[in-house]
Amino acid sequence: MNLWFSCFLFIIVTPAHIVRLYDRFEALDKEKTGHLRPQDFGAINRLAMNPIGDRIIGAFFSPGQETVDFHSFVRILAHFRPADKKHPKDPSMPEPVNSRTSKLKFAFQLYDQDKDGKISRAELLQVLRSMLEMQVTEEQLESIADRTIQEADLDKDDAISFEEFRKSLEKVNIDHKMSIRFLR
Amino acid sequence: MPALWRSTFVLVMVLLAISRPSLASEDTGNGTENTITTLPIVIWKWEEIHFPYLVALWVLVSWLCKLGEFHICTSVEAVIPESGLLICIGWVLGGIIYGADKVQTFRLQPFTFFFYLLPQIVLDAGYSMPNKLFFGNLGAILVYAVIGTCWNAATLGLALWGCWLGGAMGNIDTGLLQLLLFGSLIAAVDPVAVIAVFEEVHVNEVLYILVFGESLLNDGVTVVLFNVFDAFVSLGGAQIDAVEIIKGIISFFVVAVGGSLVGVVFALLISLLTRCTKNIQIIEPGFIFVLGYLSYLTAEMLSLSAILSCTFCGVCCQKYINANMDERSVSTVRSTMKVFANGSETIIFVFLGISAIDPSIWVWNTAFILLTLLFIFVFRFIGVFLLTWILNQYRLVPLDFIDQLVMGYGGLRGAVAYGLVLLLDENKYKEKKLMISTTLIVVYFTVMLQGITMKPLVTWLKVKRAAVSERTLAEKIQNRTFDHMLVAIEDISGQIGDNYMRDKWNNFEEKWLYWLLMTPIARKSCDPIFNIFHKLNIKDATSYVKEGERRGSLAFVRNESKADVDFNKKFGADFSEMMPYIMTENMGPDHVPVSSILRDSVPSVCLDMHEQDLKMRESEDFDAHHLLQQHLYKGRKQHRHRYSRKHLEVNKDEHEVQEIFQRTMRSRLESFKSAKMGVAPPKKISKHLKKDQPQKVREAYTFSSFPLFSEGDSASGCEAAGGSFPMRAYRGAGIVNPAFMAEMDTMDPMPPMQQIPSWLAEAEVDSSNMVPSQRAQLTLPWTPSNLRRLAPLCLSTHSNDSFLLYMVSDCPFVTTPPQPFM
Repeated sequence: MNLWFSCFLFIIVTPAHIVRLYDRFEALDKEKTGHLRPQDFGAINRLAMNPIGDRIIGAFFSPGQETVDFHSFVRILAHFRPADKKHPKDPSMPEPVNSRTSKLKFAFQLYDQDKDGKISRAELLQVLRSMLEMQVTEEQLESIADRTIQEADLDKDDAISFEEFRKSLEKVNIDHKMSIRFLR
Repeated sequence: MPALWRSTFVLVMVLLAISRPSLASEDTGNGTENTITTLPIVIWKWEEIHFPYLVALWVLVSWLCKLGEFHICTSVEAVIPESGLLICIGWVLGGIIYGADKVQTFRLQPFTFFFYLLPQIVLDAGYSMPNKLFFGNLGAILVYAVIGTCWNAATLGLALWGCWLGGAMGNIDTGLLQLLLFGSLIAAVDPVAVIAVFEEVHVNEVLYILVFGESLLNDGVTVVLFNVFDAFVSLGGAQIDAVEIIKGIISFFVVAVGGSLVGVVFALLISLLTRCTKNIQIIEPGFIFVLGYLSYLTAEMLSLSAILSCTFCGVCCQKYINANMDERSVSTVRSTMKVFANGSETIIFVFLGISAIDPSIWVWNTAFILLTLLFIFVFRFIGVFLLTWILNQYRLVPLDFIDQLVMGYGGLRGAVAYGLVLLLDENKYKEKKLMISTTLIVVYFTVMLQGITMKPLVTWLKVKRAAVSERTLAEKIQNRTFDHMLVAIEDISGQIGDNYMRDKWNNFEEKWLYWLLMTPIARKSCDPIFNIFHKLNIKDATSYVKEGERRGSLAFVRNESKADVDFNKKFGADFSEMMPYIMTENMGPDHVPVSSILRDSVPSVCLDMHEQDLKMRESEDFDAHHLLQQHLYKGRKQHRHRYSRKHLEVNKDEHEVQEIFQRTMRSRLESFKSAKMGVAPPKKISKHLKKDQPQKVREAYTFSSFPLFSEGDSASGCEAAGGSFPMRAYRGAGIVNPAFMAEMDTMDPMPPMQQIPSWLAEAEVDSSNMVPSQRAQLTLPWTPSNLRRLAPLCLSTHSNDSFLLYMVSDCPFVTTPPQPFM
């Protein structure tokens, strides 16, 4: 493991976590290349049953990259730490990975697959379809998508930008909903 | 308000007046048999009905008190919580009764309390419990309920014992075990009081669920401790050894887990039952109450925790019965539960007040009472802080200090403690009266003082309040996405966490429980996202209609009540039932496409000014649709849809009938002429024909070979013809259309009965079935099928239809003599 990277990691997760996550990383990395590929993620059975599993896997890989190294692995997972309320936000430091904004950005990326900064109706429909597939008809899905866009879309461009996304979720306790306990 | 007080006062006086003779008669006995000498017209039957009468009267008085205190609450500035005011009113009433009777005739009996007043409160609490929140925090709730209550009981009992040994309380005949028992019954946080106080305060949901969940689940511990210590007291101190203590611990698990299991079993029963009650929706809600009550009684019978049983019954069944039952039944259940629960709560508090005005129960021991109060407070806070510190090591979102403070302060005691203390046996517990007095004081203190100061405290400490969540579709969808996301991340990071468990439970539920407990229809539509979408749509639709009515827009200016009713029915009932179908239904070509109107109008109901244009446009669409609705003739079947048991709607519109007939006759005439003679269509049918028609038309139908489709109400004009034509009053098809009759002969070899006119073929959407009228401003396009029906016909020479009558009078060219009609 590259010690240089690990210095960065200390900022975003605690040492105990790093050890655990490294174990997991090695378990997933069957061929011991030091990188993870999409197939390695695919080996996790339960993930295949998850409606948005493949999107999450996709989120680990930066655009253009085929592999994930440990640093990026931890960085993505660090999004799911509960926010640190004790230390006040230092404006000179970059936005911490587990702040509300970063979490929202991560969630936004899951929808916005083509990375144009907006969630179009088609993209929303895809997500809805994967989540609700068995239970509603196609027309109902479309109306739900329409209605959702209508609720959130403030500038009437028939797509949801990041600001509109953030605004529509202002009442939701993102910190609570997007955190994993063991990463505390 | 003075009138209200006067009436309440009068009622109480009536109560007293009535109850005194009843007591007197009970004393003297009713052995005297009166032999009647003459027929009594009216008899005074008080002895027979006095019990139910008193019960009903007391319920009425209690609920009137609630009304009274609401008035006080609004006039005085809502400082005292409702429950506190009810207690005060109870004092007043108790004082009146005591003053009149010199003895407290009415007080809260433990049996009444535990079996008639408490179950519905607990059932309501369980049924309206936010499940996700409850099970999400179940670990914390159990820790507080079990460990917290044990801690409270133990510390209180031991502290009191210490003080008693130290002589602070003077000379009272008690012992360690008795004090421990007293500690256990007063330690429990009371659900009734918590509901009453916290309902007005609106703290954030996590805090609320922790206190509330604790108050419900600690009954398991309370029951066990009470029974265990009671048994120990009976056994005597000497007999208690390790075995008994171990048995006590085991009994805790049996009682708590057993009670919960009983509740779950009954929840399953209820869900299964609602699966089959589709046809008896009228009494469907009743099953919930009966089975809920039975779960309470069953657990009580088996000496398990009845409150736990009732709670888990409500908690487990709510999802399935809400999905299975019709919406009306669901709202019935909800409202009725609230009525019962609230009513019970009111009665409990009023009687708590009344029971206090009874000198016979009061034994005052200042030290005992004050020490109890002090210890309750102190140990509650210590317990909460200790346990929260432990819990925060494991919780995702730790509880902060302010929340802990409020939680400690919210440990209210209430009627359950009072009921338990009344159950004590006087012979075993010499100091029962002291305990009763102390319990009452503690209850009053917590409910009134803590209730009064709760709201200011919460405001002063800036406790996070409950977010008024206007649930939007976006939020709901996003929540779902978050859930999936968290499960995925847990899988990737290889940890088994809450989300993994939750996901597993959801899968299990979907696979097995839905199949077992829900009707097939409910299974499809129970997804929360779809539900909220549906609810939002209905809300929009109804508010749109209301807004239109209010503004008196053009669409609604035709003031036939049917117009509004139709739309409401259309949007309300049709929408909800046909929602899945409206979007997919293939509307015919010749009418206003309803779905597009609905789809456009539904999401955008708001009252912004810049939306006026949009609304005007939509209301124009509505105008069009409404016009069609009004003026287009409805097919026969249309009317049969509005069948009700009360009255039968028949097509009373004679004009409609005649006009259709005239027009079809005319067009037949034209087509016949143009086909036969090659001449231009004749002039309009002259007036005199019209008035002849009603008479002649009916007589002329002598199609011996064709079955007669005739209108029911046209039968009235047919007496003249008598048996000359086969008057089979078919209500099947619509207007008599000879053009149609003849066509059958020539065009379709189908048997006549199956040849249904186009306007009767589909009765789904109204406007597709209209035969257009002359009066309609919009002309409906003629579809090829329509035209075809009125195409030129070739008549056989021996036809003797009425068509020829017209020819005779109108057209000189026809040479075929009219044959005599039989």
